[in-house]
Amino acid sequence: MHMSSDSNTTGTLPGANTINPHQWVEMYADYLYTYALTRLNDEEQARDLVQETFLAALERIDKFEGKSSERTWLTAILKHKIIDIYRKKSSGFAKRTDIADAEQEQADFFDHDNGHWNAPYRPHLFGMEEKDPMANKEFISILQRCMQKLPSLWLAVFTMKHMEDESTDIICSELKVTPSNFWVIIHRAKINLRACLQKNWF
Amino acid sequence: MNAIKNIIYNCKEATLLIEKKQISGLTFRENIKLKIHLIGCSVCRVFQQQSILINRMVKQLFHSNQHSNAKLDDHFKKELQEQIEEKLKKE
Repeated sequence: MHMSSDSNTTGTLPGANTINPHQWVEMYADYLYTYALTRLNDEEQARDLVQETFLAALERIDKFEGKSSERTWLTAILKHKIIDIYRKKSSGFAKRTDIADAEQEQADFFDHDNGHWNAPYRPHLFGMEEKDPMANKEFISILQRCMQKLPSLWLAVFTMKHMEDESTDIICSELKVTPSNFWVIIHRAKINLRACLQKNWF
Repeated sequence: MNAIKNIIYNCKEATLLIEKKQISGLTFRENIKLKIHLIGCSVCRVFQQQSILINRMVKQLFHSNQHSNAKLDDHFKKELQEQIEEKLKKE
């Protein structure tokens, strides 16, 4: 369990936010489910996490300080569980093979001597740059598919940065990457994602 | 001379700086390097435009309502609340 940030609790303050587990499911289950689904793209896993979140919250209900709302508190618990999943997915054997494949794929993007773009891989305009890309369902679905193709560690770093706006320090310590490796990953993930969009959009 | 050549031609480094700029910002030196590179490199200018576009889309994607219609089924919810009540009773 990864809730170390909660360790200095002082008990519920008078007049603070209250907590009522009898209404949790009715009030927050769909919200938490959506939150998890957006970040994991897996219905079953998202459902399991909602359940685990409520049960974990019950275990630590005495730690609820009332400083934040019930929903914010539950969301923080869920978020840690999501990060745990990112971490598990991106460690171990799978990590090494999928990264090696992705690195291989972009090995020829730049000239080995001078770092200039090699002709076949040069970025071309999508024709979407000036428009509202969110209005184009096809473009969005290609982006989502391209993200799912990223190595899991890259996706985890990329998602935590761009989706959660998590600090670089937290990402590095949660996912156990060095700061210099963090930049390598951010860079490679973007190059890979952009190339994938270009390949599938035209 | 070599240093300038490196800046002008090194798209690999320039694209890294483009990413860094969006996340943590650049040092004065890095900023100058990137500016010089982008003046001469239309390909990296396209890359930069698209990199910003992708970041913006990803942010919107996760804060938008793409899954807003996603709901847990009632049966699952009912069981979940029962499980919670059960646990509450034990304490």
